Amino acid sequence: MWQWFHKLGSPKWFFGIATRFMPWLLAGGLLLLAAGLVWGLAFAPKDYLQGNSYRIIFIHVPSAFLAQSIYISMAVAAVVTLVWRMKLADVFVKAIAPVGLIFTFLSLFTGAVWGKPTWGTWWVWDARLTSMLILLFLYGGVIALDRAINDEKSAARAVAVLVLVGVVNIPIIKYSVDWWNTLHQPATFKLTEKPSMPMEMWVPLLLSVLGLYLLFGWLACIRMKTEILIREQRTRWVKDMVLAGRK
Amino acid sequence: MAFDSFSAFIAMEGHGPYVWVCYAVFAVLLAGLMIWSVKRNQSALEDCQRRHDTESRASAKATGKAAASFTRVEIPQD
Repeated sequence: MWQWFHKLGSPKWFFGIATRFMPWLLAGGLLLLAAGLVWGLAFAPKDYLQGNSYRIIFIHVPSAFLAQSIYISMAVAAVVTLVWRMKLADVFVKAIAPVGLIFTFLSLFTGAVWGKPTWGTWWVWDARLTSMLILLFLYGGVIALDRAINDEKSAARAVAVLVLVGVVNIPIIKYSVDWWNTLHQPATFKLTEKPSMPMEMWVPLLLSVLGLYLLFGWLACIRMKTEILIREQRTRWVKDMVLAGRK
Repeated sequence: MAFDSFSAFIAMEGHGPYVWVCYAVFAVLLAGLMIWSVKRNQSALEDCQRRHDTESRASAKATGKAAASFTRVEIPQD
């Protein structure tokens, strides 16, 4: 078990594994996402209340899922950074923070555009929307803080602390639709209950969520590889690999 | 198919602009993020190669020089 844990911390080992998995993540992600979106756009029945505007759900919900999952995974990595000083955990946080920022922005943007025909307004300052906006600022803060500190180790520690402080926002986002009266509809996906929407809508949504998770895996791998290359460029194994790639 | 014709599919009963703007922004940002990440990875790899090239050239030069000059020997002074 501990040997596995140490292996996981080795940038060289991760580099090899990531290279092997990346084509599968990319192909699977694109395929699932395309299937889910085409199905959702053209073949799923229209909603009896919201009409066709509800088709935004097939990108809104996956983006919002990713926005929160990425933050939670960053928080786990932050604990690993602080407790075990594992370099790879810090690489992970640094590599995926911009991805989280983009998905948070996408969920806010698609939500606003969906809100206009559905609620009659682009934006309301209610709990769900405001807590998502705070998540956007948290991602921005993590990226800015990391860039502001030159020393790699102090940057890693400062970023980890910021990520952990911000994690309080995640349950607020999740339960905001239950705790407060809000325009936002309650969760579409619940692991514990049967889906509240018909299968013809639920299956394409599931496909696009899974597809986007796989694409996120691919993005995380390639961005972590870049970060490792930058940090480890003086090491022997990177030199050997660069030489081998040239021949 | 949930729509009768292609134009009905584009119009989406008046909701077309909202839906298509969302999908367009989503596609552009996701594709942009992926392309940007690939390009960053490539340039990092090229940097490594360049660094390695200059280093090996520098060390080749250094050994060439050393062969033509006298070797410095440290002699204890006591």
